[in-house]
Amino acid sequence: MSAVVTKKQGRPAAARPGRGGSRRGGPPRRRAAEQAAGWSFAGPSTLLVLGFSLLPMGWAFRLSLTDSDLVTEGQSVGLDNYRALADDPVFWKSIRNTLELIALYIPISLALGLAVALLLNKPIKGIGFYRACFLVPFVASAAAEGLLMAFVFDKDFGVVNGLLTRTGLPAQGFLDDPSQAMLVISGIFIWTQFGFNVVIYLAALQEIPKEVMEAASIDGAGPWRTFRHIVVPSVRPISMFLAVWGLIDCLQFFDLLMTSTKGGPVNSTITIVYYVWQLAFEYFTAGYGAAVAYALFAGSLAAIVIGLVFGRRKGFLL
Amino acid sequence: MTGGRPAAAQAAGRRSRRLPSPRHLALLPLSLLMVVPFVYMLGASVMTRAQLNRFPPPILPPGVDLTGYRELLSDSEFPRWFLNSVIVAGAIVVSQVILCSMAGYAFARLRFVGRRVALVLVIATTLIPFQLTVIPTFLIFHKLHMINTLGALIAPQLASALGVYLMTSFFQNFPPELEEAARMDGCSRWGVFFRVVLPVARPALAALAVITFIYAWNDLFWPMVAITSKENLTVQAGLTTFQGQHRADWPQIMAGTVLTTVPVLIVFLIGQRRFVQALAGAVKG
Repeated sequence: MSAVVTKKQGRPAAARPGRGGSRRGGPPRRRAAEQAAGWSFAGPSTLLVLGFSLLPMGWAFRLSLTDSDLVTEGQSVGLDNYRALADDPVFWKSIRNTLELIALYIPISLALGLAVALLLNKPIKGIGFYRACFLVPFVASAAAEGLLMAFVFDKDFGVVNGLLTRTGLPAQGFLDDPSQAMLVISGIFIWTQFGFNVVIYLAALQEIPKEVMEAASIDGAGPWRTFRHIVVPSVRPISMFLAVWGLIDCLQFFDLLMTSTKGGPVNSTITIVYYVWQLAFEYFTAGYGAAVAYALFAGSLAAIVIGLVFGRRKGFLL
Repeated sequence: MTGGRPAAAQAAGRRSRRLPSPRHLALLPLSLLMVVPFVYMLGASVMTRAQLNRFPPPILPPGVDLTGYRELLSDSEFPRWFLNSVIVAGAIVVSQVILCSMAGYAFARLRFVGRRVALVLVIATTLIPFQLTVIPTFLIFHKLHMINTLGALIAPQLASALGVYLMTSFFQNFPPELEEAARMDGCSRWGVFFRVVLPVARPALAALAVITFIYAWNDLFWPMVAITSKENLTVQAGLTTFQGQHRADWPQIMAGTVLTTVPVLIVFLIGQRRFVQALAGAVKG
């Protein structure tokens, strides 16, 4: 089969320089060659990407209906795993923590990202330096940043408590204090990620035509009105994108935890992903872990759809 | 905030050049906040254990002490982890640059049955969270007897939806004249792609390589799951073994985070322009 294909490809099909030739069809032989070329180019990536996502996705659902312990297949238990979710306090705690993270992360990282992008939008000395600075925490690994922050915010020997006591303020528990840990880790997460928003907003701002801005200032619009009526509406699609992207990031929040709090103290920073990991690879309850992951997936997909529909209608997101 | 100042103020070049923009007052402290923790990380890595176990700890290193680095490189498995990370990230970058640019070219330029469906499906997979697929992915590699091998870390990343998407949007804006000329000279599709298209696409390939390297180098979740013995870990997964265990060994831990961060920072600083363009371009497309 493939031999035939290569032979066809070798034929001087290109001798037909007709303009539509490469666009739409051409003679049948040419079309067949393009089919084969198309799939031989796109096939490997498509198979790999779909193979490592759709196949495991189906498998995960089957798994969620069993009591698999990861190593053995396990018995079918119907929907028991899903029913058990309702009475699992750690599951609800992990959802609460994840929602808390989302509520803090999305508004703050969007507002901060847009603010910094606006500061960088007009020519300024050292823009390259600034842009690099804002991206450094984004490109450095979350594992290293988690360790670094666990060290900086250490209750007993950390430099932040050192600075606090030097200035006469009381030392804090930070990541060791169940009532502060989620707040601190959310702040750290914003620090690691919002540089991405800066870059994306900056690109979006540079797309706003200069004439529009000039016209606004000629019409006597002050900075605030320009911001409210020109900047915000022009970047709205980007804000939507960044909100959805941020939501996905929050739902996948794991790496920072792994090297700092490990979900503790007393589950005060446990997130859904971390819980899935624990269930499957620490407690070996893979079937139940898959059910938690599926519940999260269904919930977040619904949230994204509702958010997009609602956000668009109300013109809500910045 | 922006656009408020009349253009005339900008034209008055000399005065504005002498007086730095007030925007620096906001930008400077904020940007320092972004990098100061890393500077502190570097400083702490050259302090001694005694200095770091004092409260309050010194902010600047009183001297340069390399014990942390020496212990890390001789007593821990860090050098091995580093090598593993280089192998894994290197293989992933090479494979993605080739496979994703091939796929991007096909999706943007060639007409074949199922093209649109395949592209939409590939992009839609970015919505599938990894925690959903991680357990079965582990089982797949378990069945293949590849758990605890570097191959298990490389295989799922040989191609990526993001890479395919980036290259597709790049080739959609690529001038067709060049390849058409080559086609008329009788080049095959493969010949055109490898000899004509790829050399011209070098900037996009570089951007893809930078992004892929950063993601591959930083990956933590999958190596933690797929690797079960200490010597096969990557640097990121290796760092997690420090947490809790070496509580008092902060100089060594900080040396580890420095050496883990440096490669990715070097790649980022070299490829910064392309990295930023690719990110911004991907969103606009």
